[in-house]
Amino acid sequence: MKLYEVFIRSRRGLDHKHTGSLHAENPQQALEYARDIYTRRSEGISIWVVNSSDIVASQESDCESFYDPHDDKPYRHAAHYQLPDEVNNM
Amino acid sequence: MSVEVKSEQEVVFQKRIDAEEKIEPKDWMPEKYRQTLIRQMSQHAHSEVIGMQPEGNWLTRAPTLHRKCILLAKVQDEGGHGLYLYSAAETLGISRDELVKALHDGVAKYASIFNYPALTWADIGAIGWLVDGAAIVNQISLQRTSYGPYARSMVRICKEESFHQRQGYQIMMTLTQGSHEQKAMAQDALDRFWWPSLMMFGPHDAESAHSAQSMKWKIKRQSNDELRQKFIDQSVKQADVIGLKIPDPALKWNTDRGHYDIGEIDWSEFARVIKGDGPCNRQRLQHHNRIHAEGAWVRDAVAAYEAKHKQRSTKAA
Ligand SMILES: [Fe+2]
Ligand SMILES: [Fe+2]
Ligand SMILES: [Fe+2]
Repeated sequence: MKLYEVFIRSRRGLDHKHTGSLHAENPQQALEYARDIYTRRSEGISIWVVNSSDIVASQESDCESFYDPHDDKPYRHAAHYQLPDEVNNM
Repeated sequence: MSVEVKSEQEVVFQKRIDAEEKIEPKDWMPEKYRQTLIRQMSQHAHSEVIGMQPEGNWLTRAPTLHRKCILLAKVQDEGGHGLYLYSAAETLGISRDELVKALHDGVAKYASIFNYPALTWADIGAIGWLVDGAAIVNQISLQRTSYGPYARSMVRICKEESFHQRQGYQIMMTLTQGSHEQKAMAQDALDRFWWPSLMMFGPHDAESAHSAQSMKWKIKRQSNDELRQKFIDQSVKQADVIGLKIPDPALKWNTDRGHYDIGEIDWSEFARVIKGDGPCNRQRLQHHNRIHAEGAWVRDAVAAYEAKHKQRSTKAA
């Protein structure tokens, strides 16, 4: 059987969040299993299932090349700009 | 008055909205709700992208390397905002190609403010402070819009916007602490950007064509005039702190209302710019068209690379 990743939207307005995985023969079955396994206590109102093998993931070891350039850009943050107290809530 | 017969689906839909629940992509929704959202979200997306042009104009002429880095980071954010919004609009069943074509055909609009040129470095300050400032007031309100993907992209965008207004204000503040000429340059930028910024909120409530239905569907959460007032009240104080003067002789604190009163907005200018006769309308669209066409080889190359890759992996198998 294939491995599926399960994503659940717990409430309208919120993003689907990864909840866990399960084995199933096909997507429809995976959806039903996900309902049985992950939403027994009304944890969600919408479920996505995705073949685990379809997920393309970055690796921890990619970190340097992926994220390194961010460390020297403090000006992307609001706190970098010092303003007078009266208007600092901007 | 005609009696509206509502389908059961429509009743459920409106109940959901009345209960402050979000509408999600796979829910049933009235066709008009879908169309209104496509119009508004794509207009918003186009604004983010076209808005990169006046600021991009100063990337190579920023006064210091540090200022250049900041401006580059901001323009990059705006491109990202366009992407979030196009993607969210696509959940309504319209394609990116259709959205871009509507822009190029002049069917879809973008915020009229971006049809004004950025003539001086102070304009970059005024744009961040006032234009992003006005956009943030609007976007904070839209975090509570009824369509889930739109609301969520607003939350993300608001987080990223936080530095845009501050960097603009800081440019203005620095100029006002400089030479006589620098201070005059800051005042001149405020003079030119003040009224167009107020127009960003759209016509007065009484004249606003789409407002009533959009409020009922909670696509809009606050009226144009409410949002504009909020922006005016905050900006007057901000101008005062750095010694700049709002270019409106009628501006006056109204004790009864607890808000500032302003002079009459020149709506004929607004209508003219919306219609296509602003200072830079043609240039903005031409530029977008040209860059889109010139970028075709990149899209082609990506497709060709993918095709080749597929071919190779079938051969190997
Ligand atoms: Fe923006
Ligand atoms: Fe933006
Ligand atoms: Fe911005």
